[in-house]
Amino acid sequence: MNKPILRLSDVHTYIGAYHILHGVDFDMPEGEVTVLLGRNGAGKTTTLRSMMGLCPVSKGSIFFRDTAIEAMPTAEIARLGIAYVPESMGIFSDLTVEENMLLAARQASRVRDLDQERLSWIFSLFPALRKFWLFPAGKLSGGQKQMLAIARAIIEPRELILIDEPSKGLAPAMVNNLIKALLALKAQQTSLLLVEQNFHMACALGDHVAVMDDGRIVFRGAMADLAADEALQQRLLGLSLGVQG
Amino acid sequence: MMRRLLSNDLPKSPWLSAALLLIVVVLAFAPFLFPGVKAMSVAAKILIFILLVASYDLLLGYTGIVSFAHTMFFGIGAYGVAIASIKLGESWMAVAVGLGAALMLSALLSLSIGLFSLRVRAIFFAMITLAVASAFQTLASQLSELTGGEDGLTFKNPTWLSPSFEPFEAEVFGLLIDGRALSYWLIYLVVAVMFLLLLRIVNSPFGRVLQAIRENDFRAEAIGYRTVAYRTLSNLLSSLFASIAGALLAIWLRYVGPDTTLSFEIMLDVLLIVVIGGMGTIYGALIGSVLFVLAQNYLQDLLSIASQSFAHTPVLADLVNPDRWLLWLGLLFVLSVYYFPSGVVGRLRHAHAMAKRKSQRQR
Amino acid sequence: MTSSDKPIGNERHGSQAVLPKAQFDLVPLFLLIGLTGSAWLAVGSHSSWLTLTVAGLTMGLIIFVIASGLTLVFGLMDVLNFGHGVFIALGAFVATSVMAFGAQTDLDGTVLLFISMTVAMAVAAALGFVFERLIIRPVYGLHLKQILITMGGMIIGEELIKLTWGPLQIPLPLPDALRGSWLIHDAAIEKYRVFASAVGLLVFAALLITLTRTKVGLLIRAGVQDRSMVEALGYRINRLFVGVFVLGSALAGLGGVLWGFYQQSVTAQMGSQVNVLIFIVIIIGGLGSILGCFVGALLVGLVANYAGFLEPKIALFSNIALMVAILLWRPQGLYPVSNR
Repeated sequence: MNKPILRLSDVHTYIGAYHILHGVDFDMPEGEVTVLLGRNGAGKTTTLRSMMGLCPVSKGSIFFRDTAIEAMPTAEIARLGIAYVPESMGIFSDLTVEENMLLAARQASRVRDLDQERLSWIFSLFPALRKFWLFPAGKLSGGQKQMLAIARAIIEPRELILIDEPSKGLAPAMVNNLIKALLALKAQQTSLLLVEQNFHMACALGDHVAVMDDGRIVFRGAMADLAADEALQQRLLGLSLGVQG
Repeated sequence: MMRRLLSNDLPKSPWLSAALLLIVVVLAFAPFLFPGVKAMSVAAKILIFILLVASYDLLLGYTGIVSFAHTMFFGIGAYGVAIASIKLGESWMAVAVGLGAALMLSALLSLSIGLFSLRVRAIFFAMITLAVASAFQTLASQLSELTGGEDGLTFKNPTWLSPSFEPFEAEVFGLLIDGRALSYWLIYLVVAVMFLLLLRIVNSPFGRVLQAIRENDFRAEAIGYRTVAYRTLSNLLSSLFASIAGALLAIWLRYVGPDTTLSFEIMLDVLLIVVIGGMGTIYGALIGSVLFVLAQNYLQDLLSIASQSFAHTPVLADLVNPDRWLLWLGLLFVLSVYYFPSGVVGRLRHAHAMAKRKSQRQR
Repeated sequence: MTSSDKPIGNERHGSQAVLPKAQFDLVPLFLLIGLTGSAWLAVGSHSSWLTLTVAGLTMGLIIFVIASGLTLVFGLMDVLNFGHGVFIALGAFVATSVMAFGAQTDLDGTVLLFISMTVAMAVAAALGFVFERLIIRPVYGLHLKQILITMGGMIIGEELIKLTWGPLQIPLPLPDALRGSWLIHDAAIEKYRVFASAVGLLVFAALLITLTRTKVGLLIRAGVQDRSMVEALGYRINRLFVGVFVLGSALAGLGGVLWGFYQQSVTAQMGSQVNVLIFIVIIIGGLGSILGCFVGALLVGLVANYAGFLEPKIALFSNIALMVAILLWRPQGLYPVSNR
């Protein structure tokens, strides 16, 4: 088994006076897709934000490879090769699609410096982005914004991508598109941490799964095992694969 | 009885209580203790600032609103009394009419500003009040027929408050009581009553909602309090008290001009006092005003003594030049905001609470 | 698709022609034109109108130079610097020193003017750096304290200026080449006003180009919308902020020089006097928008001059009335920045 690319030990996070994460212990293997499941309010988003340094960690440690990042500023964490796609997508509405992409490409100072091959690959995954290239990103539809958010995360190679509920509010056809894109990413050995409520998508993509409840990890294991065990699904998530489809 | 008088908002620190008691007593007997013209002026100014700053603390310290229009309401009160006394002739009725008109104008203005601006962010509100106050200041100097323009208005007080009025022929405890002394005690009385009223307001349920809004307006709104209504009301009350302070100033000086009430310097003074004294305490206004006014008047004397001794060193002499006292006050202000965010009163209370906790643990 | 092989940077047509770029919001610009047009009708005389318009544009452009830094600083980092005015006064006073020093040399007056502009900007930038470190940095995110502390900073700054240059007004006469006016159709157009306007337009052009065509500009525009996302993309936005703050202070210094020559005299209070005007401008323009600041400043300058001519009594209120009118129409300002 590979050395974990990300390791959280006993992480506690507060938002204001609220104790959200109550000691999260979590290992994420390298080069594979890990899905973080759980009900609303379980602490999934806060976990991702803590990893990115957007929420201050009050106790515990987070290691990316061999580097401790729990106290690092967000920009430094990103520079280690970690990309983050927040739930709100973080699109800059007044900027065009082109400008959004240029921003995400740290190595490029002008549009023509963008890696054309990579860009073509992105367009093959998300054709709408080519179509709306000069359009202000704020005018895109929800699904298109989501595509842009993910495109931003992959315009340059990254070691680890954290994605928070990408399928939220998307039509099923769009979701399938998304799955295709993320599978293509997976084929490139990028480690993905996916927070998802859509169990179908989670099953299609995930190698490993962690379930959160009340700010703690309550289950760790292989996705295949969870997918096969309906009773376990009921217990942990209150649903079963058959119902979600 | 003391607790009820202070609306259960006790000083909570022996040093503070001692200081407050001292100030209250000394100010009460000031005409006897310091009969000189300058000393009396200082005492009267302290009283008026206490009311002006305490009313600002209601707005800034308890509701969390920064407004630069406070001196505008101060000016409205002063001009109201002055204009009425001139147009209607000096009398108690003129004072009453002037004050009444001023209060109505202040109410109208504070409501308009409040309702329009309180829906926007705090920064916008601060800037808008700045703009409105400066416009008002220019207006006052331009409407010369009414306000006397840059020169201001000089007027007479009702008989009992005029300096020539001497009710008793003989001296009382070494002081010949005249209208001036009576004015002083009138101011003292009004300020005392208003101060206690403010304590009552901030310790009432209304006051607590204000503090809740200050801390977290989203949550207050979510619980069901219409924050705009409360903020507007706080704005209104604060402006009314400021106008009363203005009326008192007019009575004392028997003169009103754009520089006595409307200038931005006074607004800055109020800000300095409320921060140094302690925001959100009301007592801070008391302590702060005393410290500030004394410093303003006597620090300059101190500085000129100091500058004489440094007369030969070039830079140092300039630094302690009494005209540069605002520099030192500015530094003190900035340092207070950093290191004494709770002001003098806050510090004293904190020290007392710490001492108490320590002694309890040792038992 | 055949176009998929071409590098995207060079491509501007093809499938893009199907969708138009978003419409640029021209309404505020029409407002500007409408204002000058109705003033033309109200004033009547062509020459007066021309003089007033030039005066208004000059004043507006100088205010723009001063306010541009402030709006970016607020847009980017949510910091409102009530002490911005101190850089204005500083720039103006530095100019007096440079001109006085230069008077002893043989240098031409206009050259000295340029030198004083440069030196003023440098000094203001340096002070801006110190100001950001000492006064602003400790109070990020705490609006109340920011307002208080930056005011305190301004008081201290003004007193230090009085300390260095004395408390009195200092005259700042124009160099000979810029004195006097050109006569166009009976209208006297002051030479200095044209010069100052040119400088203002140059600053506007430079800012616009930087913001739209460079990566740094892109970062600023993105940061104004969503600071934490920019950080999550790996940019150390704090450094960017210091840079913007220093630039804003330098521009305020430049504006101070222009203003000082405009009034032909300099006082320590000139900063706080213009404070109110700057705030009105950035509120009208929309906090964080350079274009909004530009249009807002021009509106304020023009309205002040037209009103001053047509109805002097209401001149000061004209600015507030303008602000109220615009806020009632667009509560976030002329060009609001999204995600605020």
